[in-house]
Amino acid sequence: MGMSLQQIIFGVLSVISLVSALGVVLSKNPVTSVLCLIVTFFTIAGHYIMLNAQFLAVVHIIVYAGAIMVLFLFVIMLMNLNAEIEPQKRNWLKYAGAISGGAFLVVLLAALREASMPALLPGSNDIGLISNLGKTLFNQYVVPFEVSSILFLSAMVGAVVIGKKEN
Amino acid sequence: MPVQYYIFLSIALFCIGVMGVLMRRNAIIIFMCVELMLNAVNLLMVAFSKMWADAGRVDAGSAQIFVFFIMVVAAAEVAVGLAIIVMVYRNSHSVDINIMNRLKN
Repeated sequence: MGMSLQQIIFGVLSVISLVSALGVVLSKNPVTSVLCLIVTFFTIAGHYIMLNAQFLAVVHIIVYAGAIMVLFLFVIMLMNLNAEIEPQKRNWLKYAGAISGGAFLVVLLAALREASMPALLPGSNDIGLISNLGKTLFNQYVVPFEVSSILFLSAMVGAVVIGKKEN
Repeated sequence: MPVQYYIFLSIALFCIGVMGVLMRRNAIIIFMCVELMLNAVNLLMVAFSKMWADAGRVDAGSAQIFVFFIMVVAAAEVAVGLAIIVMVYRNSHSVDINIMNRLKN
């Protein structure tokens, strides 16, 4: 087998991420789903490092594993959800969902199987380093950056207003 | 290494997310599956960024900035979405999406 180290790491990370993504969908207990999703996010961060996106990998771990998933876990534990009270769809609806998703997968794979694109080279490049990304962000994308701060402010106000107990 | 590997991985992750949205009734799980789909797209965008950087394009880093903005929007979306789910739970003591039928009337 002429597999390079890169391909071996890619294979291992992909298998882990696909299995844990299936765990998110198939597990009965919501807490298990959250933990599976955290594993998926860590493997995706590993893929980012393999793709020379070091800064994005760090941001991904901080934002997703550190903030978003903790929020999900908080909410699930606050509601005291568990496998016994988990609402279940009727069986034929589940099969219909699985078949539709699988058909979508087959169509996309068949459509892109023959596509010809430039290959990924084994060497590394430095576009993902924080200095280069910072230059791009603050030269070309200053306005979207500032708009995103307004988005955050409005999301924060919205979350507080929605979550507030009305009396 | 062909970039097709990453395309196939992203498609598989995206379709698992679609299946989750179609198969589950718990609103939080559906929300998590939407996050999974967003991440599949992000992964594909980073792979294309590396592909174009290897092919010699100087502005390939823009794709990573785009992924960065998607993460920003996802974080804001999760904050508001979970607040909505908590509010629905407080009013109906359930996170079943069939409860949301009541919005119709």
